[in-house]
Amino acid sequence: MPQVLAAEYTLNELMCVLAAREIKDGDVVFVGIGLPNLACNLARSTHAPNMTLIYESGAVGAIPERVPPSIGDPALVTGSLMVCSMQDVFQCFLQNGKIQVGFLGGAQVDKFGNINTTVVGSYENPKVRLPGSGGASEIAQHAQRLLIVTKLDKRAFPEKVDFITSVGKRVKKVITNMGILEPDKSGELCLTALYPGVTKEQVQDNLGWKLRIREPLAAVDLPHDNEIKLLREKLDPKRLHIK
Amino acid sequence: MKEAVGSLVKDGDTVVIEGFTHLICFAAGHEIIRQGRKNLTLARLTPDLIYDQLIAAGCAKKLVFSWAGNPGVGSLHAFRRAVESKPPKLELEEYSHFGMVARLAAGSANLPFWPLRNYDGTDIPKANARIKQVDCPFTGEKLAAVPALRPDVTIVHAQRADKNGNTQIWGLMGVQKEAAFASKKVIVVVEEIVDESVIRSDPNRTLIPGLQVDSVVLEPWGAHPSYAQGYYDRDNDFYVAWDKIAREEAGLKKYLDENVFGVKDRAGYMQKNPGLAERLKAKDLICAGVNYGY
Repeated sequence: MPQVLAAEYTLNELMCVLAAREIKDGDVVFVGIGLPNLACNLARSTHAPNMTLIYESGAVGAIPERVPPSIGDPALVTGSLMVCSMQDVFQCFLQNGKIQVGFLGGAQVDKFGNINTTVVGSYENPKVRLPGSGGASEIAQHAQRLLIVTKLDKRAFPEKVDFITSVGKRVKKVITNMGILEPDKSGELCLTALYPGVTKEQVQDNLGWKLRIREPLAAVDLPHDNEIKLLREKLDPKRLHIK
Repeated sequence: MKEAVGSLVKDGDTVVIEGFTHLICFAAGHEIIRQGRKNLTLARLTPDLIYDQLIAAGCAKKLVFSWAGNPGVGSLHAFRRAVESKPPKLELEEYSHFGMVARLAAGSANLPFWPLRNYDGTDIPKANARIKQVDCPFTGEKLAAVPALRPDVTIVHAQRADKNGNTQIWGLMGVQKEAAFASKKVIVVVEEIVDESVIRSDPNRTLIPGLQVDSVVLEPWGAHPSYAQGYYDRDNDFYVAWDKIAREEAGLKKYLDENVFGVKDRAGYMQKNPGLAERLKAKDLICAGVNYGY
């Protein structure tokens, strides 16, 4: 089928499409809400019909009819392949090595992909108290490939996070609003692709460490017409996440 | 509800109201607030709005948890106010979800701890000295270990039970079973009390047996704004509205005055919030059932 480039798309749509393309057909994916959830449903509707979505709430093989506002939404249960206890989710699936892809986000991501979702400032006397780990720390230990989808911002990308909630050793890609970061051999995140119209300087200005660039930068395969159509007409018609 | 909470929940207890998004018993939390319980250690994976309300009402001394946010919305503001105040007004004991699940699994199995592969390279054990490391006696592998959680009382919401507390749950099960078996006392709150024959017709659906249950409370809509699969949907609009209600202390106090202290029970709460039933009632989606014959 010829792939027609979309005439226009938003940044969130671009991030969503690039995240979806990281999923291979047959992957078992541990998914959260928001853009990652949408990316998974896009992948399932396009190139990865045989992927399995697992939510930490216990829904396995979910096919949600509505965009789930929470990871415990009842629409994840209806029509799923299995509903199991959380003990099964974390032991039989995650710790037992059955998960290929995990999506994580965070208030802070550092040079080595470590993620902080616990506190800004000190733990004992935090400036901002964040929600904490949830399932993130174990997803980061056990998912084979970790993807982070988030916007670049100097405060969100410090050289060192205030608190390591989840380790970055399994991060494969950070899909941002300006380009893609990937770890080099030492685990340091480097710029590997830039979106059209964005400069290296702009990326550097929104990062808290001296950015290394892997030349030559990879070309970004921009969203195709069918992907944008699916997102707007079927997967997120109310534009909750792609605006 | 009044009698169950009055006789089974004491000041200073470790209390678990479980339910992962699904089947969170707000009605029990409200009754604990109305009865003015103090110095509670509140434990659950996701404190959710109900522990935010208990914290705001001054019932909590300590929170044991793994994710303290408003799911899909943002912060729990009473929790944040308590933790960000100088000095903090709430003790914390923090794990990850798997850590909390493992603690309840240990409690339910009468073991002192549970091993797990986790926390390597994170700061979580630095923030919580009760997360330790053990050597596997067979391979020498280093594993994380978390201590058993043995609550004084666990409150579980469920779709249905018989009068003896044989409790059936479908949809997301969270850690309801492990929490009930780990606990010294258990209150089950249900949407419907059914005859024992209904339970016996589908025994695989029973998650908690009556022998583990101390009190059964009939409380339709007792989980709102959480939900009960097959009965009513999650009130996602209320979770969004909570962000504004709880952002200022005064707004939260007004909410408690009107919806908790201002009503006698859940029936009163439902009267105070007309239109809920019409808006959230679940549509039918009946499964085929199975053959238990032999």
